Amino acid sequence: MKRFAALFARIDQSTRTTVKVDALADFFREAPEQDRMWTIALFSGRRPKRAVNTTRLREWAAERSGCPLWLFEEAYPVVGDLAETIALILPPARNQSDETLSYWVGYLRAMADRPEAERKQQVLAAWDRLDATERFLFNKLITGGFRIGVSQKLMTRALARATGRPEPELAHRLMGNWTPDTATWHSLIEAEDAGADASRPYPFYLAYQLEAPPETLGPPEAWRAEWKWDGIRAQLVLRAGEHFVWSRGEELMTDRFPELACARDFLPEGTVLDGELVAWDGAAPLSFSALQKRIGRKTVPRKLLAEAPVVLLAYDLLEDAGADLRARPFAERRSRLAELLAPVPDDAPVRLPAQLAVRDWSDLAARRADARAARAEGVMLKRADSPYLSGRKKGDWWKWKLDPLTIDAVMIYAQAGHGRRANLFTDFTFAVRDGADLVPFTKAYSGLTDAEFREITAWVRQNTIERFGPVRRVTPHHVFEIAFEGIQASARHKSGVALRFPRMARWRRDKPLREANTLDDLNAMLRIHG
Amino acid sequence: MGRQPVLSFTPRGIYCAAGDFYIDPWRPVDRALITHGHADHARAGHQRYLATPSAAPVLRHRLGDIALETAAFGQTIRIGDAQISFHPAGHVPGSAQIRVEVAGEVWVASGDYKTQDDGLSEAFAPVPCHTFITESTFGLPVFRWAPQADVAAQINGWWRQCRAEGKTAILGAYSLGKAQRLLSMLEPDIGPILTHGAVEGTNRVLRAQGFTLPDTVPVTPDTRAADHPGAMVIAPPSALGSAWARRFGTVSTGFASGWMQLRGVRRRRAADRGFVISDHADWDGLLSAIAATGAERVFVTHGYTEIFARWLAHIGLDAAVVPTEFHGENLDSEALE
Repeated sequence: MKRFAALFARIDQSTRTTVKVDALADFFREAPEQDRMWTIALFSGRRPKRAVNTTRLREWAAERSGCPLWLFEEAYPVVGDLAETIALILPPARNQSDETLSYWVGYLRAMADRPEAERKQQVLAAWDRLDATERFLFNKLITGGFRIGVSQKLMTRALARATGRPEPELAHRLMGNWTPDTATWHSLIEAEDAGADASRPYPFYLAYQLEAPPETLGPPEAWRAEWKWDGIRAQLVLRAGEHFVWSRGEELMTDRFPELACARDFLPEGTVLDGELVAWDGAAPLSFSALQKRIGRKTVPRKLLAEAPVVLLAYDLLEDAGADLRARPFAERRSRLAELLAPVPDDAPVRLPAQLAVRDWSDLAARRADARAARAEGVMLKRADSPYLSGRKKGDWWKWKLDPLTIDAVMIYAQAGHGRRANLFTDFTFAVRDGADLVPFTKAYSGLTDAEFREITAWVRQNTIERFGPVRRVTPHHVFEIAFEGIQASARHKSGVALRFPRMARWRRDKPLREANTLDDLNAMLRIHG
Repeated sequence: MGRQPVLSFTPRGIYCAAGDFYIDPWRPVDRALITHGHADHARAGHQRYLATPSAAPVLRHRLGDIALETAAFGQTIRIGDAQISFHPAGHVPGSAQIRVEVAGEVWVASGDYKTQDDGLSEAFAPVPCHTFITESTFGLPVFRWAPQADVAAQINGWWRQCRAEGKTAILGAYSLGKAQRLLSMLEPDIGPILTHGAVEGTNRVLRAQGFTLPDTVPVTPDTRAADHPGAMVIAPPSALGSAWARRFGTVSTGFASGWMQLRGVRRRRAADRGFVISDHADWDGLLSAIAATGAERVFVTHGYTEIFARWLAHIGLDAAVVPTEFHGENLDSEALE
């Protein structure tokens, strides 16, 4: 763990990408193979099975440090990270250890099936052999979400630096179903037959939001347009007699969407489609909240399958007859996709959404204004001659979303954030007025500048009326403009509505409390846009 | 009717009725006893001031021409029906705890303090009392300070590395106390030490009092990085990343504070290096200081007050929170020290 801890320290000490890439590249050149493999795994979201739940971890850490649990729980939101809180609160270790990262991964995996008393002894023994940084990393291995300032993209760049292989190739190699148990450094990084894993998707190409007017994109003839759907981005991979459904977060979702299995009846082997999964009413997408019911389910009850059937709106073809098409122009890929889907029946779970005519930009702007009626959230613009790149790249693909809906709301609860936002109040609950009452209807976390967060934090500290654990009820005073993408009726929320992507658009210092919007205003928005 | 408490907490500050004086008041009063020169403890506008001789020059430097008397550490003075004396708090040079005795009952107002001896400030000395008034800036068990020598080794190591890479090291630290403590920890043979005007102003005052600090070069509008290769620059935190700092070319920035213990704060601060060092007591320091007074009653004035008071009650003390306008080591505003 010492080498991995040193890597972490180098990464953590810098905010500069070049320093982080250098540190990781050095590690990939020097570390033992198993440590390299686990490092790639951790930074691409593949973590060992959770050996201990966080409730037990907190209890054991509190007990070991001689703190009552309440004191631990008070310290946690100040630190803003569970693994770090534990690392800091424990007394100094009495021993030390020269074991590797993969040793500790193995240690955790071996204990996963042991009785709880044994797991406790193992965890306490580990804490007593690791210094503060090593402990933090050990705890991170348990709690997961290995977010320590290294994105998968940055890690891939470092890997490219260390191996001399092109970054897009490595990005593709790291996709899919592998684990450090099933793959070796050679099979993952070096072997010529990179397609050994039949399920492997391609790295997704992501669009930027178009901020400038579309006229800045040049002549409209060079562009293709389609609705921007509000669903789940997915790749459907058909290979080796099987089908695989991948999310953008590289999660395998095949079993969650069983209706896609019959795509194998219509489409040939060696086909990879990129598109949007949406719940479908037979003619148009249902709201995102209908799809949301499906997202959390690993197995789907028949009733839900009937209520919210899912289709893939396929808008790109990445592989055809086993050949990688990504370097071909979009217009060509799209034509081939249309040919491929032409014979597919109307009730099939894979559909080809229509393209929007791009005669001139003002005409398209008028179509975009109707996006909500088409149950879309805006328009996608793709350059006709664009290849399918990997990751978020500017220039060829743009999402041109509708302006959000907005409502002026009153802040009533505040809670401190996590990680970089620890010790700052950044998570707020907002209410609308209802006569003399305030009805909470949404939370929002983002949209303010660091300076504004600091200012509101100082205000919250001085205007707390009541504390419920980490949550503070504050004097209703400040009005914020809340922007959101959609509104739905919801029985789960007291206000009766659920918002899509709420965030703080502006701090309305000019507005007194009495000018905040009302529950009636919110219900009127629900009638129009719900 | 019960006896008047030795000290009471009023909207103007901590008040002694028997002696008709205030300790570190935040509104103008007739007579103010001052623990130390930081802005949230030593404010302008009082008629008369009383402080230690070693705190006096900094008070005059910051507050100008004030009516200031001094009392040496340990010297007992009678004010009305109260006996008062100043005792080292170890927070910054000249900082004191104030002991107040009325009719045999002893209270101690500790201001800000640290139990670790920094080699520059007069070292903290526990004062037995019935009632102790404490801060709790770092009153959580996640705050534990490493020995000063370890932090000195980290800072000097960073400086050497900067020098080797042709960078100027800029270390942000509050201009009274922390800056001089850091100066005293540097190894001057590594390179020249440059100081921001706010830091150098305090340096001059403390040197004149006899505190030993390494040689420093004040930064002026004409200062150029090329003339001072391998330099370490000590500046207030607000100067890091400002136009002022641009003159140093390629730099590596560091920030020295107890808050650097927390990774989230370190990342938010976005300095290249964060050094965990504070002029306030850590969790163990606070608890050992309180235990050493033998006090049965404790008032907690600033910091993680509710949590810390709850812990004190948990270990059997009569503890309560009192609201004040002290700030301790400020996390998000840098104007205060």
